[in-house]
Amino acid sequence: MNFSRGVKFFSVTAAGLLAGAVIGASAASASEIVVLPIDRAKFLAGAKFDMEVELRGAKSGEIKILIDGKDAAEVFGVSPVLKNESSLSGVRFSDVTLTKPGEIKVEVEAVSDGTPLKKSVVYTVAAPQKQQAKNVILFIGDGMGLPSRQIARILSKGISSGKYNGLLEMEQLNEGTALISTSGYDSLVTDSANAASAYATGHKTVVNAMGVYENSDKDPLKHPKVQNLAELARAAGMSVGLVSTANITDATPAAFVAHTRRRAEQNFIAGEMLKADVILGGGSRQFLPQSTPGSQRKDDRNLIEEFESKGYVFAGDRAELAAAKGDKILGLFNLDNMNVYIDREMLKDPAVLGDFTNQPNLMEMTKKAIDVLSANESGFFLMVEGACIDKQIHAMDWERAAYDTIEMDRAVGIARQFAEKNGSTLIVVTADHSHGTSITGTYHEKDGKTGRHAVRTYASAGYPTFSDADKDGFPDSPAPDVTLAVQYANHPDYYEGFKFHPRPVSPAIMSGDAAVGNASRDPDGTFYPGNIPLGESQEVHAADDVPLSAGGPGADYFKGVMENTEVFFGIVRALGLDPAKK
Amino acid sequence: MEPSVHFIHHLRKGAAALLPLLPLTALVCLAGGVPAYGAAAPLRFGEMYGTVTSRGIALSEKLKSLENQPVVMEGFMAPPLKPTLDFFVLTRVPMSICPFCSSDADWPYDIVVVYLKSPVTALPFDRPIRVEGRLELGTKTDEATGFVSLVRIYATKLGEAR
Repeated sequence: MNFSRGVKFFSVTAAGLLAGAVIGASAASASEIVVLPIDRAKFLAGAKFDMEVELRGAKSGEIKILIDGKDAAEVFGVSPVLKNESSLSGVRFSDVTLTKPGEIKVEVEAVSDGTPLKKSVVYTVAAPQKQQAKNVILFIGDGMGLPSRQIARILSKGISSGKYNGLLEMEQLNEGTALISTSGYDSLVTDSANAASAYATGHKTVVNAMGVYENSDKDPLKHPKVQNLAELARAAGMSVGLVSTANITDATPAAFVAHTRRRAEQNFIAGEMLKADVILGGGSRQFLPQSTPGSQRKDDRNLIEEFESKGYVFAGDRAELAAAKGDKILGLFNLDNMNVYIDREMLKDPAVLGDFTNQPNLMEMTKKAIDVLSANESGFFLMVEGACIDKQIHAMDWERAAYDTIEMDRAVGIARQFAEKNGSTLIVVTADHSHGTSITGTYHEKDGKTGRHAVRTYASAGYPTFSDADKDGFPDSPAPDVTLAVQYANHPDYYEGFKFHPRPVSPAIMSGDAAVGNASRDPDGTFYPGNIPLGESQEVHAADDVPLSAGGPGADYFKGVMENTEVFFGIVRALGLDPAKK
Repeated sequence: MEPSVHFIHHLRKGAAALLPLLPLTALVCLAGGVPAYGAAAPLRFGEMYGTVTSRGIALSEKLKSLENQPVVMEGFMAPPLKPTLDFFVLTRVPMSICPFCSSDADWPYDIVVVYLKSPVTALPFDRPIRVEGRLELGTKTDEATGFVSLVRIYATKLGEAR
């Protein structure tokens, strides 16, 4: 194989040695061996992945890879693809598997520009388990940390005599309870792509990535892949559903079907949605050809028509969703993210909704998805995301976040009803990461105090006065006379008035490379200088562990403090997924 | 923004740092031979579209009737990709995120791309501005950046809104 830069690699020798030779001058430079998947990675036996070893900073090199002392090419049964760029040599084995359960040691020996290097990593391979559940429904409250759940419990159930008047639907799932850590392998604090990828693949990745490990490639679609839940479930004959209130190509749903280093590749991700049978959410702009006003595509593909030609029924609003029949449904209910519950179902302000006055709610979408998917005798995997919990906390609008948390909780109730009736369904409810919110006490201006002076702490706090006369689980008003004082551990420059905003409003806006407080948010509010870098215009994610609640067969897997990657293994264990089984 | 992500990241710092927020006392005249002030038809963001559904946007009759006519609009200038570019994005509300800066942010659908005779560096991002010029409709891809636009104004006058 000849490469343009004059480097010649020879094919793998019998001893597993890939010999490289440099033609021309070579300068000694610091180089390192990078092994992907990384050290301590855990695999489901038989699940496909790409293995890649890069010699970074090496103009030439020899690479030898041994798996438990055996040549990697022999273990995988395939020859690697070699790569050589300006200061990078590497090998990749594509679509390989590890099938023997237990610990596996990978040793890499390399010669980089004449300097010998060594690296070893250890993998764990988990054996497929006996099937316990026919279906799994995974609810992800995006950004729904512990305070978000508790705010929803206070608003939805109420509290009297110091005791809650009830638990949320998600909190009544008590056969498995765990604290989930959320970090990626690059950073303590994750984003939603990285976090959802852990749930979807069982592998940690990096911020903005899904379904891949990060190599040196500039092309986000050329990073080494790991198989995801949609691919595994489909291969087992199961149906797959993705439901979200965000753009359906947004990070969380995307991670269950797509492989990309950059979550921004939403036009690519839209095409990958064909790996699911029921797709419900916002974001039709990624499915419309660029010639259609409103499209964000850069090509002429009409994905709605492509999906229809493959047997999907398209639904564009609540009425069409209700009428949709068939085993495959693509429902896109907004060009962008769907509006939030308060705006969609309660305030219905034309200035906020525009023409999107007929969007379904998350309960209706969840019910429809379950109705369609449960027709498959081989079972289904459904992911439901309460997406705008996160988006609203970013915007420091805890009330809108709370109603969307309650909305997702009502959807959990629908899943619980299905599980009670049909059995054999594992329900898992968790978040992908947390936010810097906390309940300080209550807030009211009944005695004339305003601003910080009206934040009621300790004994002054008492209880808020949310009411729910129609008993639908949603407080009748998000702005009672005594509300919660919810405060933020991190924030940009902003104005705080401690009161509900009738219309969504950004706390800060970008002016050049600095976020400045948006004075129109709370004209009578107090200015608070930010405590995060100037380039951040919103409240940012927190690294706190998040709670997980599970019920149904296989729920016992979830206990104690667990890595987020274990959510994947809990799901494949319950489903008894065995990729080697045909 | 996908094709130009790397490009954008390089530009992030420079784009903003080089934009001084000079006080504007009068409209900046960008080109000669412009229509007389007052001849332009006022156009608001809320008037641009007829029906908007998840199947796409239909342009309003008013917007279509103003094609190739002088119009005047008020909105907010999104921080531009770089100060030397000959266009910027006009938005209905000030942008809390910068889609040019962040690969994960995207534009709202109701935006207007404003083309300029020469780059403008003297307008604020957090106060409303007023743009006057010829309205152009239809999908167009900017050759230099790959940015796709639907509604454009070729600006002849530009300044802070009152």
